[in-house]
Amino acid sequence: MIEFRLPELTEGVNEAVVSFWHFKEGDSVQDGDELVEMATDKAAFNVPLKASGVLKEIRAKEGDTVKVGDILAIIE
Amino acid sequence: MSGLNNQMRTIDLGLTDFSRAYAFQKDLAERVYRGEAENTVIMTEHRPVITIGRRGSGDNIFKSKEFLRSRGIDIFETDRGGDVTYHGPGQLVAYPVFKLESEARDIHGFLRFLEEVGGNFLARYGFTPRKIPGLRGVWFGGRKIGSIGIGVKKWVTRHGIALNVNVDLEPFSFIRPCGIEGIQVTSLKDILGLEVDMRDAKSKLELSFDEVSLLVEAGSKA
Repeated sequence: MIEFRLPELTEGVNEAVVSFWHFKEGDSVQDGDELVEMATDKAAFNVPLKASGVLKEIRAKEGDTVKVGDILAIIE
Repeated sequence: MSGLNNQMRTIDLGLTDFSRAYAFQKDLAERVYRGEAENTVIMTEHRPVITIGRRGSGDNIFKSKEFLRSRGIDIFETDRGGDVTYHGPGQLVAYPVFKLESEARDIHGFLRFLEEVGGNFLARYGFTPRKIPGLRGVWFGGRKIGSIGIGVKKWVTRHGIALNVNVDLEPFSFIRPCGIEGIQVTSLKDILGLEVDMRDAKSKLELSFDEVSLLVEAGSKA
């Protein structure tokens, strides 16, 4: 089981909002896939996965504010 | 921020519809990602359009679609960060389509890079931009002269910076720029009291991109 977390962004930016998921629960996901688009004040960006497996559970829903290090999803 | 490739070229698309320039950008980003194109700054002026970023809301547009259409202004939802903004002729828009290649791949460092470029551009007209704590963009005399907003896919940047050169400022009153209450906008033309040569502005902005990239590169090696 892998915890897919929001990575470090930059100095002074500690949270981001989930714009949307490119995958849904149950989808197979691969190393390098960009799973989710996040937005901060002036940037929209995708977070890539560094593992492969199945997207088991989405923890952060679209519109949720997530802190750096928080779990976005569980991969199995 | 490290990892900015100094090899970059500039393409001037002239006056464009937002949608056309966006399609061009998207296609170029894909080619930059595949390594088929080098880092490129797209320069353009848009026909009148209000764009809504990922953090944006229609509530920040005060006028009806019918009214805006009667003034020749389109509305677009787009995949950049940020809220609502206006683009029109006389506003110099630059879209750096760059591959972020460093280990850190600092997306927000890239926003700061764009602010530096905007500041460097203003300095070429003899003005010192003032940062306003907590607010992004390029400011002069407490008014906003440049807006930034980016989107990053596969570590390639899209969208960028819009600098008010000669642009008519009235349409900014149809929106709440950046979704922030009380923001006032200005332009180089307003500050200087005269029309600015757009071709000259484009060359100055190109120099600013070059110079700030070199400074960033030198800084990251120091």
